[in-house]
Amino acid sequence: MEGQGGGSIMFDLDLWKEILSTLKKNRMRSFMTAFGVFWGIFMLIIMSGAGRALENGVMDGISAFASNSAFFWTERTGKPYKGFQRGRRWSYKNTDIEYIKANISDVEYLSPRLFGPRSNSGDNTIRGKKTGAFSIYGDYPEFFKIDPWTPLQGRLINEIDMRQSRKVVNIGERVVEVMFEKEEDPIGQYLKINGVYFQVVGVVKGETRVNIGGGRKTETIIMPFSTMQKTFNMGDDVHFFSVTSAPGVPVSKVEARLKELLKERHSIAPDDQQAVGSFNIEVEWKKFTGLFTGIQLLTWIVGIGTLLAGVIGVSNIMLVIIKERTQEIGIQRAIGATPGKIILHIVAESVFLTVMAGYIGLALGVGLLELLNMLLEMNAGSGDDVFFRNPEISFTMAIGALSVLVFAGIFAGLIPARRAVSIKPIDALRDEGI
Amino acid sequence: MIRLNNVHKSYVMGSNSLHVLKGIDLEIKAGEFVSIMGSSGSGKSTLLNILGILDNYDEGSYYLDGQLVKDMSEKKAARLRNELVGFVFQSFNLISFKNAMENVALPLYYQGVKRKKRNKIALEYLDKVGLLDWATHLPNEMSGGQKQRVAIARSLISQPKIIFADEPTGALDTSTSYEVMEILKEINNNGITVILVTHEHDIAAMTQKIVRLKDGRIDEIIKNGDLKDFQHQYAKELETA
Repeated sequence: MEGQGGGSIMFDLDLWKEILSTLKKNRMRSFMTAFGVFWGIFMLIIMSGAGRALENGVMDGISAFASNSAFFWTERTGKPYKGFQRGRRWSYKNTDIEYIKANISDVEYLSPRLFGPRSNSGDNTIRGKKTGAFSIYGDYPEFFKIDPWTPLQGRLINEIDMRQSRKVVNIGERVVEVMFEKEEDPIGQYLKINGVYFQVVGVVKGETRVNIGGGRKTETIIMPFSTMQKTFNMGDDVHFFSVTSAPGVPVSKVEARLKELLKERHSIAPDDQQAVGSFNIEVEWKKFTGLFTGIQLLTWIVGIGTLLAGVIGVSNIMLVIIKERTQEIGIQRAIGATPGKIILHIVAESVFLTVMAGYIGLALGVGLLELLNMLLEMNAGSGDDVFFRNPEISFTMAIGALSVLVFAGIFAGLIPARRAVSIKPIDALRDEGI
Repeated sequence: MIRLNNVHKSYVMGSNSLHVLKGIDLEIKAGEFVSIMGSSGSGKSTLLNILGILDNYDEGSYYLDGQLVKDMSEKKAARLRNELVGFVFQSFNLISFKNAMENVALPLYYQGVKRKKRNKIALEYLDKVGLLDWATHLPNEMSGGQKQRVAIARSLISQPKIIFADEPTGALDTSTSYEVMEILKEINNNGITVILVTHEHDIAAMTQKIVRLKDGRIDEIIKNGDLKDFQHQYAKELETA
């Protein structure tokens, strides 16, 4: 008779049958062993999913926004300069915009903005018997390149509207709800804004939740920049403008350059820190991505830690089990089990347990995340203010976690197994157990 | 079959060394039915464990079936045990969560015999010891005698050349002990060498040859013909006790 050689482990059906029956007949023990690992992977999945959901929720709101953009507004001057007193009010002019467009090649898009009649001082929009208070902006078509909007009906404001200073507007969804009857088509209709009639050419929806100038995006009315400047007698003032840097140029560099230029053009002290207000989204973006990298990292550290605790638990329980089973192992060796076979058995048992438990933890964790996702979707509705979205884990992460489990199982089984075979069969037999 | 030359064995426990076997010379031929006797501490169990390759020895030489057993790798020892030797223990040493049939079939599992086949063979051997109806019972559902018979069936299934029995009747009452001895005798009649350790004289008297150990040395070897004398001496020992 031949003793069995190595053979192939995976396809040794008999081995698996043997392991299964051993585990089945020691149910409580198997369950307790598996629970630690189950809990570790379950927590890892839940935490990682939650972290990812937070990231998705926040990033969803800003991801479409051009990340290489900066914004400029004016404040009172902070220093006296060239005969001017400090505290002087000033504003950007059309000529600034033209100058920048013509001379600064690092700027890709430039979109000036005017703030129209204010919404917080009462209703500024009228249509028949309906009235409403909305945020009204005058924008260049370039604006849609920086903070994307999509037309739900009609079209966006374009270059021709700009050039001919047409009295046309794009309106948000909430504006439609307030100013129109339910089945009415707003396109082509007129709205009276601060005493002047404008034709609605598009219903638009912002792709991001970032809002410059406050208010809700759904309660926004956008008209061509030139139209607003002329209609509401704003002269050549520009209230605000956004730029994006040309590809490959960091926006912070453009920001610094423009500040310098604007100070020079408006007789402001070069070291005046407050006169030119600006905001650079690149910096904010970095903060966000840094934050989420941090959250993911923390999740992994805590998750791996929990998992490791589970694995050590398995190893520990396996050690106790081995002690409990010393006599059994002694018997097996007396009747011809080789040390290799015994190690194989214990390791396979441990791997089987950890992988099974891990898989169940993985499945339950993912299941719970899915359920959470469903509930969130249901509750969110239009969900503009939801900062928790699509809890999920990546496939790679699931696979990674599973392979960690396999190694963990081998690790958890190997130490007790080596211990088991280091005991002489005769000592194992003498051990009073069963 | 078995040849021992000047075998020494001592156990080291901390700083104390206990010299258990002090030079054993022994030869057992194939097909013999031998019992090893001695008071407790005389080294009889140690000798049996060395013979069964469950324990190693310090000095001398031991040939089992023509092969020198010394400093053997655990793997090779396991194979030799599996092929040549069957064990029967005082405490039965059945695996508690496996039923009678599975316990009997276990040695074949380590030889790589498929489950269906080995279970079928196991049933044959259970039948031989009269326990076919108990095949699906767990060890804790059986009496001591039944457990020992399962253990014997298990020791036989790998068709060994030698059966080692360490106090096989130690945990059994007299009538069950005699039943077990009958089975062992039958095994011996089929040509298998049986070596058992016992401290019961009536059990030893059923074997063909008695090796008496005293303080780690062979005190005397009583052959079949001398058994009458042995009986006599045994009676005398009882009187003095």
